[in-house]
Amino acid sequence: MAVQTVAPAAADNAAPAVDLGPASGLSCRECGEVFALGPIFACELCFGPLEVAYDLPAGDPEELRKRIEAGPANIWRYAPLLPVPADVAEKPNLNPGWTPLVKADNLAREIGVAPGRLFVKDDSGNPTHSFKDRVVAQAIEAARAFGFTTLSCSSTGNLAGAVGAAAARAGFRSCVFIPHDLEQGKVVMAGVYGGDLVAIEGNYDDVNRFCSELIGDPLGEGWGFVNVNLRPYYGEGSKTLAYEICEQLGWVIPDQLVIPIASGSQLTKIDKGLQELIKLGLVEDKPYKIFGAQAEGCSPVSAAFKAGHDVVRPQKPNTIAKSLAIGNPADGPYVLDIARRTGGAVEDVNDEQIVDAIKLLARTEGVFAETAGGVTVGVTRKLVEAGVIDPNLTTVVLNTGDGLKTLDAVADSSQATATIRPSLDAFRDAGLAH
Amino acid sequence: MAVNVRIPTILRTYTGGQAEVAAEGATLAEVIADLEKNHTGIAARVLDDQGKLRRFVNVYVNDDDVRFEQGLETATPDGAGVSIIPAVAGG
Repeated sequence: MAVQTVAPAAADNAAPAVDLGPASGLSCRECGEVFALGPIFACELCFGPLEVAYDLPAGDPEELRKRIEAGPANIWRYAPLLPVPADVAEKPNLNPGWTPLVKADNLAREIGVAPGRLFVKDDSGNPTHSFKDRVVAQAIEAARAFGFTTLSCSSTGNLAGAVGAAAARAGFRSCVFIPHDLEQGKVVMAGVYGGDLVAIEGNYDDVNRFCSELIGDPLGEGWGFVNVNLRPYYGEGSKTLAYEICEQLGWVIPDQLVIPIASGSQLTKIDKGLQELIKLGLVEDKPYKIFGAQAEGCSPVSAAFKAGHDVVRPQKPNTIAKSLAIGNPADGPYVLDIARRTGGAVEDVNDEQIVDAIKLLARTEGVFAETAGGVTVGVTRKLVEAGVIDPNLTTVVLNTGDGLKTLDAVADSSQATATIRPSLDAFRDAGLAH
Repeated sequence: MAVNVRIPTILRTYTGGQAEVAAEGATLAEVIADLEKNHTGIAARVLDDQGKLRRFVNVYVNDDDVRFEQGLETATPDGAGVSIIPAVAGG
């Protein structure tokens, strides 16, 4: 599809050719160039990422709050703030979101945070057990609007499952691409939905490159790659994490948020969501700090933050946190900007610390996180110990996926406490009767 | 050195719609300069005002990301494939 460039002045008057609700166009985050809505993702002037621009609802914030609160218990309660048609809730979709915000007092006690100040936003309960259902739900609506019939993606695993499931529900064909060495559980969870699942001989960055090339080739004609040519719309799904967190806290922005970094898209969109809530008057404008969390074995953004750089040098990933194993993160530079602008930081933890944190969260709060959740909890603990995260302020830690996706990470250390004969004597002898 | 350069969709306005074009040069910098000779304006899309690769452009020589190599000074051997790809994908 040819890219249509419209002058900024004209953009105000140009009616979008597609119905994506309040979305008015796309703008380049890097240079500000404005484009009409379409399946494009990079600025033709500077290659910068395109983002959805809106005509957001004006009017009484209290009215909007009530309208949202009366909406469905899923992300579509925020439809007025998303690039989706007004009747989105009536279309076949997985309807993710409105996941628990767990008040984590037991975990707080363990890591030295004041009671009532620590929360875990637990996204493991989404339809395919990760936050990816949120972003795919947005991408599906864009794919419908642009007339695509095949949905695709490059994936570290969670997204492949989310695309497969959402495509099945919405009646799209799916063909998703994953690295060949993914955890078996994620392969099963992506393949079960009946779409095509293609393992690429390489790491995630190789898969991503392949998909970017496929889009520019006739072979990929008519395909909607949720995180490539639909990426501007897809990314907006992560804003719903910000909306939900604030609404669940009583329409208040938390003081500190700890967010995992893969491509960095989620972190940047949570920040965008918070800014929109402030702009709309739905929450009080107050300072907040955003902390990015990476695995040491794939920590290009953390390394750049610590070195004071504003450019991210790619790395070759080697970590158990495969869902975060993106060595060349597209939004890395913006993560750096946001962490610095908000007074936050970017930190990393090693594989051992990730496993310890998974077990700590499970043991204290009954939440079984995937490795990415181990990364955020581990980084939170590390930054509290270092005095970087204030233990007396409200902190929200994201768990973006279910531990069932990464069983291998804790399989060795989660064995039977004892194996005994079925007799009371044997039980007594095992020393467990206390 | 003669190389083949894969052109992303957003730069094909400079190559008359061609997805792949031939270019000459012993390094990536020379290849981009040669591209500019035949497809005026394309270099300014790939390079910033300081003449460095823009931060949202990924360039591969064969299968190697030039950021892991010598950047613009990365060698482009005869017959190499050069791919220019928008970086804002994935995740």
